[in-house]
Formats: sequence, C-alpha cells, structure tokens
Amino acid sequence: MAEKIFMKGCEAVAETAIRAGCRFFAGYPITPQNDVPEYFARRMPQVNGVFIQGESEVASSNMAYGAAAAGVRSMTSSSSCGISLKSEAISWMAGARLPVVIANFQRGGPGIGTIQPAQQDYMQATHASGNGGFRMLVLSPSNLQEAVDMTWEAFELADKYSRPVLLLMDGFTGTMMEPVELPEPLSEEQVAAIRATKTWAARGKHGAPEQHKVMCGPGLDTRISQMGMNIEDDKLYKTWQTAEIDYEDYLTEDAEVIITAYGISGRIAKSAVKILREEGIKAGLIRPRKVYPFPDVAYEKLPLEKLRGIVSAEMSIPAQFATDVERVVHGRTKIVTALSSGGEVLDRATILDAARGLMK
Amino acid sequence: MMEKVYSRPAGIFEGAVTGFCPGCMHSSVCKIVCEALDELGQLDNACYVQGVGCCGLAVTYFDMDTIAAPHGRACAIASSFKRCSPETLVFTYQGDGDLAAIGLAETMSAANRGENFTVIFVNNGIYGMTGGQMAPTTLLGAKTTTTPDGRNEKEHGAPMHMCELLNQLDAPAYIARVTAADVPNARKAKAAVKKAFQYQLEGKGFSFVEFVSNCPTNWGMSPLESLDHVHNVVLKEFPLGEFRAK
Repeated sequence: MAEKIFMKGCEAVAETAIRAGCRFFAGYPITPQNDVPEYFARRMPQVNGVFIQGESEVASSNMAYGAAAAGVRSMTSSSSCGISLKSEAISWMAGARLPVVIANFQRGGPGIGTIQPAQQDYMQATHASGNGGFRMLVLSPSNLQEAVDMTWEAFELADKYSRPVLLLMDGFTGTMMEPVELPEPLSEEQVAAIRATKTWAARGKHGAPEQHKVMCGPGLDTRISQMGMNIEDDKLYKTWQTAEIDYEDYLTEDAEVIITAYGISGRIAKSAVKILREEGIKAGLIRPRKVYPFPDVAYEKLPLEKLRGIVSAEMSIPAQFATDVERVVHGRTKIVTALSSGGEVLDRATILDAARGLMK
Repeated sequence: MMEKVYSRPAGIFEGAVTGFCPGCMHSSVCKIVCEALDELGQLDNACYVQGVGCCGLAVTYFDMDTIAAPHGRACAIASSFKRCSPETLVFTYQGDGDLAAIGLAETMSAANRGENFTVIFVNNGIYGMTGGQMAPTTLLGAKTTTTPDGRNEKEHGAPMHMCELLNQLDAPAYIARVTAADVPNARKAKAAVKKAFQYQLEGKGFSFVEFVSNCPTNWGMSPLESLDHVHNVVLKEFPLGEFRAK
C-alpha cells in the first residue's frame, strides 16, 4: 500500500492530474481554488508540461481546448462565477468533442456571491454548462481520497468518450486537508502513448491527406450535419444512463428514512445517518458520486411507498439537487429539504431535525 | 503543348467552392498564405486556428488541420496548441471584429507573452458575415448598419490600429501591414507572410501580418470601386509597412 500524504484538496487534485498524464493546465486566479493554478505552476515544468496563467477565465478555458486539440491531456479549473465565463469554451469542447477535465470549486452565488463553500451550481453543472443542450459526466467527491480517485477517473472518462468531464468540487473539498493515497504516476512513455492514440488530434497532414481534421462543429462547413452530431451525442448520453451510474448506498436495506445528498453535503449526511441509527431511527444514505447521469435507479429500488420520507440535503437555496430527487420519487414518498447557501455551512443538526420530523 | 504557368496553389482544396463574395480579398489572402507555406515546404506541417466571421469561410479553402475557435479566442487557442506542438507551424486566420473587438484581450495577451505563432489578420473595416455592422476598424464617417449616420469619434471612438497598438509591446517579433489590392502589393504581402512564418520557424516569437482588405458587399461598392477605395481612402488611415522585424 502506498504511503498516505497529508494534502490540501486543490493540491491533491492537481497532483493527481499530473500523475494521470495531464500535461497542460491554464487557469486564472479566483478564490477558493488558487492553489490549483499555483500548484501546476510549480509542478508542470518538472514533467515537461505546460502551465499558462490565462489573461481571463475565458482565455484559459480556450487554452485548455487548444491543448486538447493537440492531443494532450488538458485541464482547467475555476469557481462558480469563473465557471460561467468558461462555459463558452466548455460548450465548444462538447461541440468539437475534445477531452478536457474542468474542476469547479463551488462558492456562493449568484453573481460574485461569496468566496465560501456552496453547492449552488448544480443545475448549471448537470443541465446547462453552456449553450446547445450538451451534457457532461459530472463527478462530485465528498472527501479527498475520493477527489483523488475521481480526478484520475475524470481523465480516463474524458478520453474514453472524447468529451469534457466536470469535477464538481466545492470550497470545502478544495481547501481542507486530509491524508490521501495518490496513484502511481504514468510514465512519460505512457503519457506519450496516450497522446499517440488520439489520431484525430491536429498535427498537420504530413503526407496523409485523408488525415485532414477539423476541430469544431459545422460552423460554416456545410459538409458536416449539426443534427447528425446532436443525434450521435444523444445516443452517447443514453448509454451513460446505464454505464456511468455511480452512487453510494449506505444502510438503506431496512431504512425508514433516507438522507440523500452529494459532495461535501453527502459526507455530512452520512454522519447524520450514524447518529440517527444510534437514536434508534432506521436511517440510510443515498449519495450520488456522479450527479450526471443522475442515479435514478438508486431511488427506484427503494421501497418508496413504505418510507417515512426522504431528507434531501444540499448547500443551495433554492434547492437544486432536490429537484432531481423529486423527479425520480414522483410523489411516492414525502421529501423534505435540509439546506444552507451563500457560504453558510450546512449544519448537521438541520439534517437531523428534518429526519426526526419525518418520524413523528 | 502549352506550358502551364498558373494553377490553384497547393494547400487549397481541389475543387474548393468559395463562400467569399465576388471581389472579396479574402480569396487572395488565402492564396498568398498557401503559396508562402508551399514555398517554405510547410504545407504538410501547418495547422491553423480559424476565427469567427467571414474568416471562418476559409475552412472550405485551406486543406490543412483546422482548429475552430470561439469568436475572438483564436490567439488563446493558438498559444496552448503551439506550446503543446512546438514542431507544428501554427497560424490564426482572423478578421477585425474577431481580433480587435471581442478578441482584443486574447490578441494583446498572446502578443505580450511573445507566443511563437503567426497571426494573419484580415482587416476590412466592417463585420461582413453578419451584414455590415461597425467594427473597431471602421473609418470615421463610414455608414454601417449600426452607424446609420456614419461613425463619429465622439460616440463610437476612432478606428483602432492593431499594428500600432501591438508595436507598443516589447515581445512581438514581427509586425507588418500589407494589402493585396494590387499586384505589386500582393507580392510584397507574400514576402511579409513568408517572413512571419520564417520568424516562427526560427522560434523568434509572435508574428503578425495585417491585410488591409475590402468588403464590396457591405461597403456598397463594385469590386473595382472597393479597391480604389482601399487605395484612395483606407490606406491613408492604415498606412502599409513593416512596423517591427526583430
């Protein structure tokens, strides 16, 4: 077993990215994720990678797009209002089918909001990270080991599907420190081999005219059908509904009350489940690890009609994650919410009170 | 047997169907770029980043790997692409709305970093693709669909001069303004484009060639009238020349 290292979330994500073969990062300063670009600035030169501090969020996300077009594992990160600025390039990555990993260390909103942790970008992350109706796989860790594992997985998935993948973090998971076990780094040969598999990447024709490649949607190129590409995307997204379902199911077998939450709130919810069990309340947890595709099956397989109800917890007011829970449950049991927002920490007591209320 | 003295330049698709309007200088600029690449033996090693606007029509012209950029972002994308593929010859192909308005930050910042790629900037003083709106480079007094009474300095500002602006920065290696409005100037333009590409191949850094172009359609002129207008009016505002050759 590898050695455990005590690391900050932002740095654990950045180090894992490098170990996963990421050789390009561009970013722009925004709290609470400044440790990400700062870490890459120090580390990239050591692995012959490229770090650029972009002149804006817009530019740095477009730089990540350009590096991906060259076949390099590429990443950018930001927080909430910065992600809004990146949505232009994210949509272009989806349109051009370029694999890029984007990390959002969520803070309060809307607008500049607060610099403290929040989960107020759920709808944006899962439904509309840019124009054009594309979807992304959205991974949301609730602790730093999971952040490490998901960062590695995000690069694998981005390449597997040749699409942008979103790591949905928050100010907590970005700035807290925990012991983590890091994966073995890919060798330079492995990194080069991954790049070499991307035969679609732009590199010049080099005597192979059939290799002429265009990185974009149709635009003004009438040889490409946008509707055809949309249909292909739709088919791909439908495969995710089975292939990419990922959630934690904890003590739900005999549960009367279900707590459901994702990311850092999922961690708070899990501790609430343990306390409720000690009180004699049969509580269980559903925690989506991927929030897109949403794990409908996790709720469908519960005896919904027999439950006392579900507590949906998140750091967003109005609730966003809860709307997906409501969509699946569709009136078959009562749903109550436990919420905070704007940088206010979700209080475990709020979740406990909501669960106890359902038992009355 | 007749000797073949002229043919489609290599690097332009065989049977390419032009999307450019009749008399538009974009076709000549595409041709000059391809001839320069061909003469440098770089056609097979070139990738270009395509801006948004009429410049986007080059996608059916240039037979080379293409990276489409969101409006204005070509210089950001060329920066990262070139750094990840330093052996590839990289150029952006951009118009004045793309490069000087929505992409001004990306243009100036890439130039200021001295990124080692080439910008081909086609300045026709108007937004052509979208139907003739005012651009940052529109001449004072010019009537466009968004300046129906003519551009006036007090309300809209004066035309922006990108070569002169870039020439304030330390990093750029090569900055030139050319035109293809007549044959002698087209020859000079090709020499400038070749020089810019050579600078890139030698790793000297950011190179920038501005073409003073025309837009017969949106200027409301015949192609020949538009070329006269370039000579008699536009070149007085945008003088030709090499601003920097490090």
